[in-house]
Amino acid sequence: MSEQALNFMPSEGFRARAKDVVENPFLRQSFRGAMDFLINKRITQFPDPEELESLRTLGEQIRQYNLGKLPSLLVELEENLTRNGIKVHWAETPDEANAIILGICQAHSAKLMVKGKSMVSEEIELNHACEAAGIDAMESDMGEYIVQLAGEKPSHIIMPAIHKTKQEIAELFAAKVPGIDYTDNVDELIQIGRKVLREKFLVADIGLSGVNFAVAETGTLCLVENEGNGRLSTTAPPVHIAITGIEKIVEKLDHVPPLLSLLTRSATGQNISTYFNMISGPRKPHEKDGPTEVHLVLLDNGRTQAYADEQLRKTLQCIRCGACMNHCPVYTRIGGHAYGTTYPGPIGKIISPHMLGLEATKSMATASSLCGACGEVCPVKIPIPELLMRLREESFSAPHANPAMRGQGAGYSALVSTIWRGWAAVYRSPALYRMATWLGSRFGGLMPSNQGPWTSVRVPLKPAPKRLRDLLKERG
Amino acid sequence: MSARDRILAKLNAAPVLPKAAPDIAAWYQTHRGTESTAEKAARFRGCIEFAHAEVHVVSPASWPQKLAEVLADKQIGKLLVAPGTDHGARAIAGLTSGGIECRGYDSRIEAWKEELFHDIPASLTAARCAIAETGTLVLWPDEHEPRLMSLVPPVHIVLLDAATTHNTFYEAMQSEGWANGLPTNALLISGPSKTADIQVTLAYGAHGPKELIVLLMGEAA
Repeated sequence: MSEQALNFMPSEGFRARAKDVVENPFLRQSFRGAMDFLINKRITQFPDPEELESLRTLGEQIRQYNLGKLPSLLVELEENLTRNGIKVHWAETPDEANAIILGICQAHSAKLMVKGKSMVSEEIELNHACEAAGIDAMESDMGEYIVQLAGEKPSHIIMPAIHKTKQEIAELFAAKVPGIDYTDNVDELIQIGRKVLREKFLVADIGLSGVNFAVAETGTLCLVENEGNGRLSTTAPPVHIAITGIEKIVEKLDHVPPLLSLLTRSATGQNISTYFNMISGPRKPHEKDGPTEVHLVLLDNGRTQAYADEQLRKTLQCIRCGACMNHCPVYTRIGGHAYGTTYPGPIGKIISPHMLGLEATKSMATASSLCGACGEVCPVKIPIPELLMRLREESFSAPHANPAMRGQGAGYSALVSTIWRGWAAVYRSPALYRMATWLGSRFGGLMPSNQGPWTSVRVPLKPAPKRLRDLLKERG
Repeated sequence: MSARDRILAKLNAAPVLPKAAPDIAAWYQTHRGTESTAEKAARFRGCIEFAHAEVHVVSPASWPQKLAEVLADKQIGKLLVAPGTDHGARAIAGLTSGGIECRGYDSRIEAWKEELFHDIPASLTAARCAIAETGTLVLWPDEHEPRLMSLVPPVHIVLLDAATTHNTFYEAMQSEGWANGLPTNALLISGPSKTADIQVTLAYGAHGPKELIVLLMGEAA
């Protein structure tokens, strides 16, 4: 299964990929164990429910306020970044973003790019674009490094290699890292990664990173991380390129502390990450290190579509903590790869359709029990279950003019729609209902024994020979 | 039209949904109290030790001696330290007699990148201030103590004046007026580098310092 195919038609093959994981007890245990761990870590960070609730409300207000002013804030951010010496680029599509980044690399005759963790760079498939252009793009986040060595993709936005056991990683390192013998000691494995990647930081031409918050008033790019690879990627190479979605912007510097607190506590249950790195410009003439050039690429890739609709705009409140996937009963059982999209889990289900169109993602929103856990833990109160319902409607309603989303009606079937309309009619009319149940109870024996997915794991549905009303009548 | 114009045009065509500005000051006032310096220092220490940093309480007079002890303990013979700062000059004065080689970050990184990456076992920098709530050191790297100084050496020693400890990150940026001007790079550091990327097992010394040592300077030790 090629990665390209995964990205273009995530809806296809979803069932098969999910089945593979559900039938693999080791993978299921990996995900269950890791998610339980993260759930418990988060709980310990929010001992006071009132504080949690009021902080979530504040987080929601901050994100909604800033989204409300998004166009003017982007202009303000651009002005202040430019004043600080950071070059700002705009990209509507992944192809445009890749072309901008490759253009910068080529202007510096770059051979090696080290990457701090960036989901937006995954979104645009930057590594493929670099490979095609003859540039070695090396992931430096330990999880991303492991996933890249294995030729895979991240299965979680915060913990990219969560699907792998330490034994698998030990085998991978022994096979792929020159001069390394098998060890499944986690400390030793991390030290191997450290040693390999240090040499890359030393010689890399370009450092690439994401952005957690971009502060408009000061022209500052903020990065959250634990490992130090983000700091190295943004400090050691002579050129730093940051890439972010257009929505990750806040107007004021003081909007950052509440969001940072919500982010690290919700994501990994830490009161703060080891590093919070705030970059407001390239190296100044009297300074001795840091990149001499800093670029920011602002990416749309469907975000403006979500922005155009009041309800769908809430999708853009997301600060990418991953708590929704940690708490999702579906994600926990099928893991991140089954979704086939860069962003898995509940957030993936609500953001991916804007990036890829509903044609490719029409059934994603149905991979949910609507239990509501994602909405309950979301640190910025995105009403994820409501948005899932909305996306189902966008996917499966009849195509109409001026749709809010690309691919609206992609899942529409006249037959299914007619059946549901009939169903609704039966339940609206007592006479029809009586007739339908009479027919059902008399001719139940004609029900087919193969009832599709239902009978794959259950006995066939068969209406009872006597209805409740018949039984009551017999009693008198 | 450029990509910029097209993106802005799409955003500007969307319904305008103005929302009230969030009252962040009010939230912090309601949810975070004020504390004495000693209480803040204690909270800072508890948090950063929980994150695996090593903390030594020192006095303004005694810290160079503690620094020498820490280096001796860890058998570190070479320290990256800024001669152009007061604390750097004091450290150098105290250490050279004890046979510790003190190296300054005296040229641009391009001139000695390899040496920094391979031959510097430890560094000493000052912290600008600290945050009690999260056990966080705040560093504003400058030409004396550049950005990589607190990042590349495997052991990072930080001198912190306990009196500069703020209760929260919000309080630090508000009371110090950060919004009026930030340096090229402002850093919050809350422990040694770490990762839990392999089977959620915590491991220290991922890419940054393996050890973070805080010399917490109070009035008296």
